[in-house]
Amino acid sequence: MTAHRLTIHEAHELLKNKKLSSVELTRACLERVEEVEPKVKALVTLTVEAAIKQAEEADKRIARGDIKPLTGVPVVIKDVLCTRGIRTTCSSRMLENFIPPYDATVVEKLNSLGAVTIGKANMDEFAMGSSTEHSAFFATHNPWDLDRVPGGSSGGSAVAVATDEGIYALGSDTGGSIRQPAGFCSVVGLKPTYGRVSRYGLVAFASSLDQIGPLTKDVTDCALVMNAIAGFDNRDSTSVPQPVPDYTKALSNDLKGLKLGVPKEYFVKGMQAEVEEALEEAIKKLEELGTEVDREAALPSTPHALAVYYIIAPSEASANLARYDGVKYGFSYQEAGSMWEAMEKTRQYGFGEEVKRRIMLGTYALSAGYYDAYYLKAQKVRTLIRREFDQAFAKYDALITPTSPTVPFKLGEKLDDPVQMYLSDVCTLPINIAGVPGISIPAGFDGNLPIGMQIIGKPFGEEAILRVAYAYEQATEWHKQKPDI
Amino acid sequence: MKLSREEVLHIAKLARVGVTDEDVERLSEQLSDILANFEILQQVDTTDVPPTAQPNPLQNVTKDDQVAGSLPPEQILANAPKKEGEYFRVKAVLE
Repeated sequence: MTAHRLTIHEAHELLKNKKLSSVELTRACLERVEEVEPKVKALVTLTVEAAIKQAEEADKRIARGDIKPLTGVPVVIKDVLCTRGIRTTCSSRMLENFIPPYDATVVEKLNSLGAVTIGKANMDEFAMGSSTEHSAFFATHNPWDLDRVPGGSSGGSAVAVATDEGIYALGSDTGGSIRQPAGFCSVVGLKPTYGRVSRYGLVAFASSLDQIGPLTKDVTDCALVMNAIAGFDNRDSTSVPQPVPDYTKALSNDLKGLKLGVPKEYFVKGMQAEVEEALEEAIKKLEELGTEVDREAALPSTPHALAVYYIIAPSEASANLARYDGVKYGFSYQEAGSMWEAMEKTRQYGFGEEVKRRIMLGTYALSAGYYDAYYLKAQKVRTLIRREFDQAFAKYDALITPTSPTVPFKLGEKLDDPVQMYLSDVCTLPINIAGVPGISIPAGFDGNLPIGMQIIGKPFGEEAILRVAYAYEQATEWHKQKPDI
Repeated sequence: MKLSREEVLHIAKLARVGVTDEDVERLSEQLSDILANFEILQQVDTTDVPPTAQPNPLQNVTKDDQVAGSLPPEQILANAPKKEGEYFRVKAVLE
């Protein structure tokens, strides 16, 4: 059975016309999991029985004629999203046995549509990382080359989609954690505008940067998942009460009259030549499709974004992760003599190296005597970065950049060098700082290693970037290539 | 500027993260490397630039008080490492 290879919209047609049942589709994905999981290790938890049950329920709904685009379609969920009754680990020892008593809003929305959850995806611990090597359990492997990383932190989600373990996946993106692994695995990944999707039930990393978004096999699927998950939620006070359009209406082959900017600052020193060449080809293709491209777009504060990000994100993380004290839930060191010792040991043994590094960094940036020089300064430069995006979007409908400066790197290559690892997100993190939407789509290969193109839009401009992404996808074949695994 | 051993220990205390001597050594180097990359921001003129705490334009979000159900205590306590009756059990705060 090859049903696992289907996209959401293809599966939906077959389900609707009773040519395929949700149980058959789910079993096809589960068989695929058995086949590839030993090689790629994308999943932390597999929910076989619950999935079959959900699929049976979905088939009953479909029999009644109650079918929406996601009904009966298997999804893989990043293990940072709370799933009621299914353990949610954040790939951390700290939450290894944590079973949430409630669902994240996005999970609730998918469940109400009759989605089928295959399992929970591996990630860098607490979403801190760019390679999924910082998982406390195991590293995930890139299906295009098993010796290389899949990107991160949503590496498990990206691999699950690339290998057809699930028909689509949910991820979260704080500095590139959806887009960079999407680029590394040759799938589509969208980080929506800050406030477009409710963060309720998303285990918090950096609350002013985090957004949940889809990882899919094509752009049409991306629009379908956005239709399902976007919207205001009174349980997330930063979600924006703005109507949700039908994103599939934005998908058009016609790009005539669109103005695109290519910010030269994103072609950083150290960018791989093959990535730059692939982007140039992609930009030419966009011109052929009728867009007007300005290759000299300016976002001069871009070189400051990395520092701004690595001050703001760890600062917010140090506050958010203060909740892991071994009292209410999670790992708890019981052998300690005093309360303080118990707390310190709980956090020493419960958190991995990268998480502790960032907590320490954030604590330092927020501490007396350093707050103004680091945190407040970073917040001010954040304003400048956002203003430059606003100015750019007065001129352009979308901006085009590479998703990452390199193709997927080798496992272990950057593990002991945090600064090098952080540079992997240099093209994606300014987008979180500005709070605007960005999508990564397949845009070529260096040998068999994927290259992603990032399309950035103005706040709540998801439709424009989906339109550009769709037209490019329809004019190219990259998204049809599958890893040989 | 390299973070001293004392500074790393001070941060670890503030963050309530236990560290070994080896951790202190490694963190002092790694954190110093990362902080060196932040110096670039000191060159940016931010006179009269207000800080951005979060990027969307919402302010003073309020909602009506409404009585609604909440999770039962046994579900809240289900993940507790130690509990007693309907309470989380903690080590003595004052000794």
